[in-house]
Amino acid sequence: MSRPLADKWFRWGLLASAALSGAVVVLVVLFLLVASWPALADLGPGRYLTDTRWYPSGGLWGMSAMIVGTLLSTLGAVLLAAPLGILSAVFCHYYAPARMATLYRRLVELLAGIPSVVYGLWGLVVLVPIIARWHPPGTSLLAAILVLTLMILPTVALVADSALGQLPGSQVAGAYALGLSRAGVIWRIAVPAARRALATGTLLATARAIGETMAVLMVCGGVVNLPTSLFEPIRTLTANIALEMSYAEGLHRSSLFVTGLVLVLAVVTLVTVADRLGEEPTGG
Amino acid sequence: MANLLAAQGGRPLRDGLADLATWLGVTLVAGSALWVVADVIWHGVGAVNWGFVTTAPQDAGRAGGISTILVATFLVLLVCMTAALPLGLGAAMYLSEYGRGPMGRWVRRSLDVLAGVPSIVFGLFGAVFFVQVLGLGFSILAGGLTLACMVLPILIRTTEMAFSGLPQEYRAGAAALGFGPSGILLRVLLPAAAPGLVAGLILGVGRALAETAVLIFTSGYVDRMPDSLLDSGRVLSLHIFDLSMNVPGGDHNAYGAAVVLLLILLVINGIGGWLSRRWIGRGIVAS
Repeated sequence: MSRPLADKWFRWGLLASAALSGAVVVLVVLFLLVASWPALADLGPGRYLTDTRWYPSGGLWGMSAMIVGTLLSTLGAVLLAAPLGILSAVFCHYYAPARMATLYRRLVELLAGIPSVVYGLWGLVVLVPIIARWHPPGTSLLAAILVLTLMILPTVALVADSALGQLPGSQVAGAYALGLSRAGVIWRIAVPAARRALATGTLLATARAIGETMAVLMVCGGVVNLPTSLFEPIRTLTANIALEMSYAEGLHRSSLFVTGLVLVLAVVTLVTVADRLGEEPTGG
Repeated sequence: MANLLAAQGGRPLRDGLADLATWLGVTLVAGSALWVVADVIWHGVGAVNWGFVTTAPQDAGRAGGISTILVATFLVLLVCMTAALPLGLGAAMYLSEYGRGPMGRWVRRSLDVLAGVPSIVFGLFGAVFFVQVLGLGFSILAGGLTLACMVLPILIRTTEMAFSGLPQEYRAGAAALGFGPSGILLRVLLPAAAPGLVAGLILGVGRALAETAVLIFTSGYVDRMPDSLLDSGRVLSLHIFDLSMNVPGGDHNAYGAAVVLLLILLVINGIGGWLSRRWIGRGIVAS
């Protein structure tokens, strides 16, 4: 084969790989739509919110308890993980000596690398019994929040860390020169200047929390329940898919795909907003 | 600025509280991280020995070891990387060399969205597309291919960074030596970017190994030795899940399997992180 021809084929090959890679997400959404169509057409999306209970074999399709379960566990985890993540980043930049900062960063990366199922195992065997001694049954909204917090904290911490690292040194030096204390520099100058990136990190962490399945499934109790306290068991949308997919059929199965579609929409919206925030310049 | 300085009134107390909050928060985070790891190792290390790694699970996993699970895990990873690597490499080369047009923008955007898709949703997709539509059934092949879709974004992102991080002189120099576009990419840029590729590959493997939700409805639960790629096979993370949730008395071996998984991941993420910091210039965390 002559060289220009080989080059041409080669370039087509690259284009095809890129197109196929880009098409995967289209394929995912397409098949989710196809599989959820029977439920959307037969039941209509309203039933999931208006039906009182989730009882598919009895024709009741209410998902509100599970939607609330997902929202509450996500909200709780974000409320804990965002401040802790920001403190972690602040610590690495303004408190820790270089060696300790490196060590601490490795620890946060370690936290990011622990698989979901291992968090679940730890939660189930260690955390749940502790909560149960305090306030049975142990498998609860609280357990889900705590395990999720550990899982999404690295996302906030790593984004915040790199944002604080990108602040112009003159800004911080100037603040010190004005006589601000270390805490003053951090909380009045550095953190406000990095707020966009901090918001980005928090949104990405929220997206992770909504989509997380295994760890939450293992510690949340799996009971479809509108919780009135932190100690009651819940079931999240993702846990519902994992628990029922193996035996669901017909409209029931199709409904689980509707849930999947909703999850994708929620997560993709969050990630897109986070990306937009991240693209615009920090500060301002 | 004036009120900024005036606001420094109750400074020592407030500063002290801010410092205290930071130290407390950091101690809490570090303590929790060490708690999780120490607990898994403490409970699990007693279960792990040569016999555990080389014998098949018995009595639903309560007794015996994890040999068949390790084989299934390896096969799923093999399928995943065999599919994702060539595709990801091609896409990354395209993006870094020709990806400035609308096509490149579209592919990048799609990959960003794909990276955000929750893993359980990949599981749903795989259960329809690979298991049913392509007729692969609950199989190692279906699980590995679904995983491949999931690791594509991180694989492509790392690889693209490895390529676009290479000095422009490499391209100009190779062109001056008479290499055509494919020659430049394959003979000059590819070898130079190889460490970055390996970093991406390793991080992708780490991501795939940690995954559970994708595989429940695709590669399945069967814990005997797989006969072929079309056989169902249970991966390590799913084994841990099943033992701890569905098998009373399975905790001991669940911890054993968790230690094995954690050790493999520590090594993999350690090497991947080191390579990406060293060669791509910044760390990428597989999360």
